[in-house]
Amino acid sequence: MSRTVFGAQIIWEALIAEGVDVCFGMPGGAILPTYDALAKYEYQIHHVLVTHEQGASHMADGYARATGRVGVCIATSGPGAINLMTGLATAQMDSVPIVAITGQVPVSLLGKDGFQEADIQGVSLPITKHNYLVTNIEELGPAIKEAFYIARTGRPGPVLVDVTKDVQQTLMEGFDYDAIEVNLPGYISNKMEADPKDIARAARLINESERPVIVAGQGVSIAHAEAELRVLAEKANIPVATSLLGIGTFPTTHPLSISWGGMHGEAYCNHALQECDVLIAVGARLDDRLTGKFDTFAPKARIVHFDIDPAEMGKNLTIDTPVVGDALLSLRSLLPQIESTSHPDWLEQIEEWKRDSKEIDILEQETDDLNAPFIVRSLWHMTNGGDATIVTDVGQHQMWEAQYFNHTKKRSLLTSGGLGTMGYALPAAIGAQMGLKSEEVWVMAGDGGFQMTMIELKTVREQNVPVKITIINNSFLGMVQQWQDVFYEKRYSGTPLMNPDFVKIAEAYGIPARMVDKKEDVEDAIREAQETDGPFLIEFRVPTEHVYPMVPAGKSNSEMIRRKRPLLPTDEE
Amino acid sequence: MKFNSKHTIIAWMEDKPGVLNRVAGLFRRRNFNIESLTVGHSETPGISRMTFVASGSQRELSQIQTQLDKLINITRIQDVTDEPALVRELALIKVEATGENRHEVVQMAELHRAEIVDVTIDSLVVQIVGREDRVNALVENLRHFGIIEMVRTGAVAMTRSRLKTVEEFGSNGTNQ
Ligand SMILES: Cc1ncc(C[n+]2csc(CCOP(=O)(O)OP(=O)(O)O)c2C)c(N)n1
Repeated sequence: MSRTVFGAQIIWEALIAEGVDVCFGMPGGAILPTYDALAKYEYQIHHVLVTHEQGASHMADGYARATGRVGVCIATSGPGAINLMTGLATAQMDSVPIVAITGQVPVSLLGKDGFQEADIQGVSLPITKHNYLVTNIEELGPAIKEAFYIARTGRPGPVLVDVTKDVQQTLMEGFDYDAIEVNLPGYISNKMEADPKDIARAARLINESERPVIVAGQGVSIAHAEAELRVLAEKANIPVATSLLGIGTFPTTHPLSISWGGMHGEAYCNHALQECDVLIAVGARLDDRLTGKFDTFAPKARIVHFDIDPAEMGKNLTIDTPVVGDALLSLRSLLPQIESTSHPDWLEQIEEWKRDSKEIDILEQETDDLNAPFIVRSLWHMTNGGDATIVTDVGQHQMWEAQYFNHTKKRSLLTSGGLGTMGYALPAAIGAQMGLKSEEVWVMAGDGGFQMTMIELKTVREQNVPVKITIINNSFLGMVQQWQDVFYEKRYSGTPLMNPDFVKIAEAYGIPARMVDKKEDVEDAIREAQETDGPFLIEFRVPTEHVYPMVPAGKSNSEMIRRKRPLLPTDEE
Repeated sequence: MKFNSKHTIIAWMEDKPGVLNRVAGLFRRRNFNIESLTVGHSETPGISRMTFVASGSQRELSQIQTQLDKLINITRIQDVTDEPALVRELALIKVEATGENRHEVVQMAELHRAEIVDVTIDSLVVQIVGREDRVNALVENLRHFGIIEMVRTGAVAMTRSRLKTVEEFGSNGTNQ
């Protein structure tokens, strides 16, 4: 039905038509007409006022990762829009669908360096999947429709729509969102069927392999191909590693799981990757954090790469069999061509590596000191074996979470893998919690990263988001300190932290909180958080510790630094 | 395959504001080695056509095309390096031409099948249209007289045959 509406109304009506029920933002001059129109739509779309626009883009990201739907954030021109950028770059690196709406100065002032003008299309160009500058009311509806289409199809990603203020204030006759057709001649979206010849080649390679390994990435989850992945693994008895973002696509508790690999992945996983003869990457982009030095990664392997993005083929590694297409469709056509096999020797070899890793596992060592792996494992137990969504920040705690929380549920770990954005956890968890409604959502952050965005505790309180927050407080920028320990002769330049009292901080926002520094109190604190209606914060005070294994940057994954055997002194490298 | 080679690639794109910025930004960000780039209208209204010459290894050249193809506004890409194609460049070269050597410059231009398009008391402007090596040869020879100013367009290309259809590209074509 066509109607006469203002540009500002088009924005809200388009969002509602796209199924958006919540959006995150902050008003300002150039987006004011849109905020003014919000009152008309408030019963259909819930607006969450953020403390800082970085929070808005991370919230949209967390919402999108947790639900699989497009997250939406809104900001004003200039500084507001620029504050969104950290979150957009984070989403772009990790293929997260977001639509960002930003206000822009009126067309008459474009290019005049007027108040709060910044070239947002230019700034966001390399960190979005696509972007629009709308200077004409006729283009507004189509731009938003295309933005959603591009964000959610193919390899998902963030799309920004910059709308000049005058367009928001212009009346348009004959607006009919449903009638708008997406016209993108240069964009091939999703559901691409792979070439049957490539599938057949892949099947042959897999069937001939003696030491195969699957590397499952987030693409598996985006394509909803978890079940097919599992059938493939079980049919041919192929061990499954994941990338960091692939965690959750294959149950870590499955006998064929070899956890995840790379710089701080499990040692046995890295051994398997280095020794395999065929590596089957599914929806994983094989980035340097996973591969270590490109030339020395999986040196004995021929690589089959399933990905929807043709540009990922051969970007980092030489690929034997590229299979471009949607992971679900590709796996479906591959499966009938896969022979049932067992690979007993290979699986036994991997078991041996696993036993070796377990021997030096920190959890196997008797120590009274509270440590992050212990906290993570306790949380796993207390969430009925991982029935919760964990949102991490960036640093050591992030690696420990990924190592010790045995994820079995899809989309149950939200983490900034590609960009490694500190400050991600709290706002992303707010977004995730708002998308997941009453499901259990936990934040796991370091004391450094938490402070980057803890101002969003205001949003937690205001929206009464029942998110449970843990801070692993080691009074250091831990991950950086670890590198200084190992590579810079313990010169702690810029890493010791003088922290506030986190319990008091939480209480100042009206959020109940508790400090824990002993192993025996961990369970009780987690239970208290779970039993509390609404948000709760636990500060865990821990001594510093190292994450192992550790592959030095730019080195081969064969050159892992491992935790010392228990009988040897553990405090020296 | 590590050895570098030079490729001539055509890309078609929607004629929208900022498209060239996207292309240039991509080349810069991904550190692609682009030797020349020329853009103008195509036969289809709303679609611009760009010819660019890039060099790199096989893998780099494939990256250039697949990454470029990901830009939403790029509608099609074709590498014409191994196709029968017309590749042309235009150059205007302003050469010192005083009394004594004026005749020699004219002769040199003629030998290269170039044209004199402007004459002043002490200079001539030579125009040449041709493949890059022909333009290079002329420029080399004119240096001898003293080049005052030069402008080159970079290559534009067109295949001799009719364009291939998408099916003919096959799955390894870049235009997916
Ligand atoms: C925005 C941002 N700035 C800087 C870094 C570099 N960096 C990576 S990890 C890290 C330390 C994180 O410390 P903390 O949040 O306390 O977590 P921990 O490593 O101690 O678990 C830093 C500074 C980053 N990843 N992101």
